[in-house]
Amino acid sequence: MSRIAEAFGKEKAFIPFITGGDPDLEITKELIIAMEEAGADLIEVGLPFSDPIAEGIVIQEANERALSAGCTTDRLFDTIKEARKTVKVPIVFLTYINPIFTYGKEHFMKRCVECGVDGLIVPDLPYEEKGEIVDTCDAHRVELISMIAPTSKERIRMIAREAKGFIYVVSSLGVTGVRSEIKTNVEEMTAMIREVTDVPCAIGFGISTPKQAAKMASVSDGAIVGSAIVRMVAANGKDSVPVVADYVKKMKTAVISTCND
Amino acid sequence: MENGKFGPFGGQYVPETLMNAVHEVEEAYEHYRKDPQFQEELEDLLKNYAGRPSLLYYAEKMTKNLGGARIYLKREDLNHTGSHKINNVLGQVLLAKKMGKTRVIAETGAGQHGVATATAAALMGMECEVFMGKEDTDRQALNVFRMELLGAKVHPVTSGTMTLKDAVNETMREWTRRVDDTLYVIGSVMGPHPYPMMVRDFQKVISKEIKEQIMEREGKLPDAVLACVGGGSNAMGAFYEFIQDKSVRLIGCEAAGLGVDTEKHAATIAKGSTGVFHGMKSLFCQDQDGQIAPVYSISAGLDYPGIGPEHAYLAETGRAQYVPVTDEEAVEAFEYLSRTEGIIPAVESAHAVAYGKKLAPTMEKDQIIVINISGRGDKDVAAIARYRGVEIYE
Repeated sequence: MSRIAEAFGKEKAFIPFITGGDPDLEITKELIIAMEEAGADLIEVGLPFSDPIAEGIVIQEANERALSAGCTTDRLFDTIKEARKTVKVPIVFLTYINPIFTYGKEHFMKRCVECGVDGLIVPDLPYEEKGEIVDTCDAHRVELISMIAPTSKERIRMIAREAKGFIYVVSSLGVTGVRSEIKTNVEEMTAMIREVTDVPCAIGFGISTPKQAAKMASVSDGAIVGSAIVRMVAANGKDSVPVVADYVKKMKTAVISTCND
Repeated sequence: MENGKFGPFGGQYVPETLMNAVHEVEEAYEHYRKDPQFQEELEDLLKNYAGRPSLLYYAEKMTKNLGGARIYLKREDLNHTGSHKINNVLGQVLLAKKMGKTRVIAETGAGQHGVATATAAALMGMECEVFMGKEDTDRQALNVFRMELLGAKVHPVTSGTMTLKDAVNETMREWTRRVDDTLYVIGSVMGPHPYPMMVRDFQKVISKEIKEQIMEREGKLPDAVLACVGGGSNAMGAFYEFIQDKSVRLIGCEAAGLGVDTEKHAATIAKGSTGVFHGMKSLFCQDQDGQIAPVYSISAGLDYPGIGPEHAYLAETGRAQYVPVTDEEAVEAFEYLSRTEGIIPAVESAHAVAYGKKLAPTMEKDQIIVINISGRGDKDVAAIARYRGVEIYE
């Protein structure tokens, strides 16, 4: 069983996201370790890209901060490798296709295996273009995570059928960022996914409060939170580790509370 | 071309949220490109609204002065709104209307595509919002007001380098926010399929007219066609009908800024490498980690770190040749054409004029060069004055 499959095996999952290298790589390592301790079931790390078109302003700015602070693909791989000395939960990279393509997909996947990156989320690599890297991912057992959006409609089954690791269900139109209310009928989306696959579904985009996370986890296998955490890192810089850990603890408690509903 | 690919280039690298929207555009375009009524309406707009066909002007003084090939200028600057951009937006906004959309969004660099889109939207009664880098809204304040005058809403983009590439990012983000009633009207032969093909098809009227006009005037095909290249829409338009005519040299002129040996340029073919960005696999100026490089050119319209995938393919196969032209050469050509022929070209088009000046004297007197004057230079006068040390602001 892959590390990702194991992460979803037990209870509802809480999946935090941080941008790698923001505010620096040392803090990234500490955040990964602290988030696991606080109850994170899987950790998403953004490999920074200069032009993240699926991100809202919070994560865009985090990408800029990370790149100006000297984060490179190689340095982030090294940081993950360091964290992996103790961290057991799966780590997936969220990045764009160009950094993978430019690094060389074969070399990139080898580094993923070597450093303990279990999967990849690539927002600008839709189903039709996944041939770009999917064979190389498979050959190295790096799981390429599929995304399903509120506009996917009749595409849901097609995407879900070939999904690996977990399915990233995008809760809302638009880019990443905190939203006061999630209006999409995500239950309908997860139901359609369930018709064709048992691959776990986690819902992301717009979630920030324990209440939202609990609600989203109740209709899926887990909740993903990015911008809310990245905002804490932006506000607290090098002092963000305890703040984020505390938040992750609260959110994990909220998502597992749904089991008793 | 298959599945929107030009050899290894092209594709549809966009977020899942946009995939159905992109497919919807693809299907609609496949349908309407073969629809005689759509083509008739578009032709009518091009003729009676945009003022086509544009002139093919024999530049006699320039020809004599340079002492080589006969030089013709394709006068896209005489179109309504002052550039070739109108050809494409009339097509896309008409398509948006046929698709039942009520709102169009667009990116713009210097403002030419934004103004053209706002114009077509006003004409066809569509809501219009334009995204423009903050740096460019400052540099081209007059065009911002022009778009507002035409009823469009202009959003200054403050992310990243605050120029054209960031305007494209933000327009894509806006499209994912509101996709049902909205069409993204892309301004160049770039982005995900079907845009590179569709924009080329709307622009190929340029080469179709050049061919007819030159056959009528000279009774033979030109020896070379020159056009400036940013994303590459005017060049694709000027090249397309000549691709099969192997005797015609196709030459794209890229912005070399302060020089290709400096970091201040936008010469994608000379200095870029293959990558995937803005929905397409193509050539991009980028660093070793695949971070898109900040680029520079005096010309806001060529200030883009990538190039359309069909150009990448024409370059790779050797069918077209791409040459870098510096700011200094472009400004000198801007002034030269103004003085010699009484035509003030856009500083973008001046890049092609500059290379024409180098090329013509090396050719025989019975040979023919066509230079595409993609736009008029009124918008650039203040910037050129400043380049020459005269502090004029619009």
